[in-house]
Amino acid sequence: MSDSANNQGIPDPEGAANLIDTEYEIGQDNIETSVGPFSLDIHNPVFMISGLTIVAFVFLTLAFQTEVGPVFDAMRKWLTANLDWFFIISGNVFVLVCLALIVTPLGSVRIGGKDADPDYSYFGWFAMLFAAGMGIGLMFFGVLEPVYHMAFSEPVGVPSPFDADGNLIEENVAAAKAMGMAATIYHWGLHPWAIYAVVALALALFSFNKGLPLTMRSVFYPIFGERTWGWPGHIIDILAVFATLFGLATSLGFGAQQANAGLDFVFGIPVSTTAQVVLIIGITAVALISVLRGLDGGVKVLSEINMMIAALLLVFVIIAGPTGTLISGFFTNAAAYAQELIPLSMPFGREDDGFRQGWTSFYWAWWISWSPFVGMFIARVSRGRTVREFIICVLIIPTVVSMIWMTAFGGTAIEQVLTNPDSQVHQYVIASYSPELSLFGMLADLPMASITSFIGIVLVIVFFVTSSDSGSLVIDTITAGGKVDAPVPQRVFWCTFEGLVAIALLIGGGLGALQAMAVSTGFPFTIVLLLACYAIFKGLMDEPR
Amino acid sequence: MFKKILIPIDLNHAEKLEKAVSAGAHLAKSGDVSVVFAAVTSKAPGSLAHTPEEFRDKLASYAAEEGGKHGITATGHAVFVHDPAVDLEDGILKAVHETGADLVVMATHIPHLPDHIWPSNGGRVASHADVSVFLVR
Repeated sequence: MSDSANNQGIPDPEGAANLIDTEYEIGQDNIETSVGPFSLDIHNPVFMISGLTIVAFVFLTLAFQTEVGPVFDAMRKWLTANLDWFFIISGNVFVLVCLALIVTPLGSVRIGGKDADPDYSYFGWFAMLFAAGMGIGLMFFGVLEPVYHMAFSEPVGVPSPFDADGNLIEENVAAAKAMGMAATIYHWGLHPWAIYAVVALALALFSFNKGLPLTMRSVFYPIFGERTWGWPGHIIDILAVFATLFGLATSLGFGAQQANAGLDFVFGIPVSTTAQVVLIIGITAVALISVLRGLDGGVKVLSEINMMIAALLLVFVIIAGPTGTLISGFFTNAAAYAQELIPLSMPFGREDDGFRQGWTSFYWAWWISWSPFVGMFIARVSRGRTVREFIICVLIIPTVVSMIWMTAFGGTAIEQVLTNPDSQVHQYVIASYSPELSLFGMLADLPMASITSFIGIVLVIVFFVTSSDSGSLVIDTITAGGKVDAPVPQRVFWCTFEGLVAIALLIGGGLGALQAMAVSTGFPFTIVLLLACYAIFKGLMDEPR
Repeated sequence: MFKKILIPIDLNHAEKLEKAVSAGAHLAKSGDVSVVFAAVTSKAPGSLAHTPEEFRDKLASYAAEEGGKHGITATGHAVFVHDPAVDLEDGILKAVHETGADLVVMATHIPHLPDHIWPSNGGRVASHADVSVFLVR
């Protein structure tokens, strides 16, 4: 290794990895200062611009709600309706890239260099990536989506099992059930996780193997070269902060509404802004404790607890629900997913606009807008794994877990709907659409409903905490120029800021508008991710295998 | 009196830690014991090094330089943690355990109001270490 005492350039690699030779020194654009007793180490200009832009957008949305809301919403609708083919094709590309990495010799490259040891056990690692990636969505959509797609969406033209008057058409039931589950698993299976895997792998590779800072811009070094450290890189990082913070804050706002609806359903606590603000403050407070305790003492512990509670609820639903049907259903659903994967992934020649544009395209934009956050977080905890191991664990295992979860929750709900027209799920999904109550409706028709519904509410809240704390760590790292050891007050600032934005939008209105804005960032990031696929292959080619 | 002295070091701000280093070196010289400079960092690339190997090299150079300057035997010991912003004290305590040091000489700041709820790194090391700790303000 060359003498690097004065840190000019990067020393020669020692064979363990293949560092990129750049003059950039991590943190060189940072400002180190202190506010009272608190020291700060922030990237200039990413920290200031992203912070000020977020404040400006919140102010704009609150002040001009009636004008701005429809604009953001129209933008999101236009993108998901007119560029559905682009999102769907890109999603397919990400899955194919991941599958190619599993089977090619490039899969043998180890993240962090040839001799790197894994930082986390499989359980801790998986719990963290799953809790950050989609935990909350499984709570919200696990019941809603299978029932909705079976009854209304008619994906790829498979007809609904209900006629216009709501009567069951027996001959349509089997196909509609299979398609309802296949379409749901399609949205929560290989495709979303491939999106996360691409971002995470690109970041992990360029940071741990190439020695670049752990921030979104590093992925683009093969494309932008030294300009990565200038404005093109600043813009990518600012966009990543923007998408992450708005994604988290708006989800936090909606999550508080869902938790409040659940509390009303179970305990009769009335739905009110005050209750929701209290929930946001509570969630943010727990997230603050978590970020203060750090990655190991906070985020990981909470993620593991969360996974264990979720597993208990899952086992309960399997035992209390139609157990035999669910067990055989897992295999039937896996087969249906395998069979329908290609028709559902087709971007053209389909007439299911409502499903393809309103659900699939929206989801893909949503996953992609979240990918900088989830990807960066997964990257940070994945050092020491081989690329093959990484892809299998980030792509295949979560897909199987999602499949089990959807089979249990969705399968139980579908059975309730088909066998009992008075079931609560029928009421909340089919008769009068109240999606936030679908999970609680399903649990209400099983034994011990008050206990399981309470557990459901706790899970909703804790899943938000695990997204909020990991998101704050990610934003903190990006706005500190890729430094993972920035002073603690910075992560406290981002975590609090996220809660405040959520409260402002909840009280002032505009949660939907800014969520539409966040989802719209999915479009530029899709292009960014496609470029990242190229960068991954280019980067892996140089690595020792 | 002591067998090995551990001096936690932040290579980013080594110049601010000179007083603690001098105090540690003075004790080492008078008791003819060795010093180990311990640094806690993450395996992710940082402002000082791009890989753990590079970090170890830099720490070793620093230790050799300081050893020569103060006329003591000094080595470096790097501890890698997942989240250095909050795992610093745990990393230092791990270094104490791994190196077998029986005295920690550590720089710390004059306590401010926030230290009552958010103790300094030195304060927390002194609270949790099972060896002697000498805090230099």
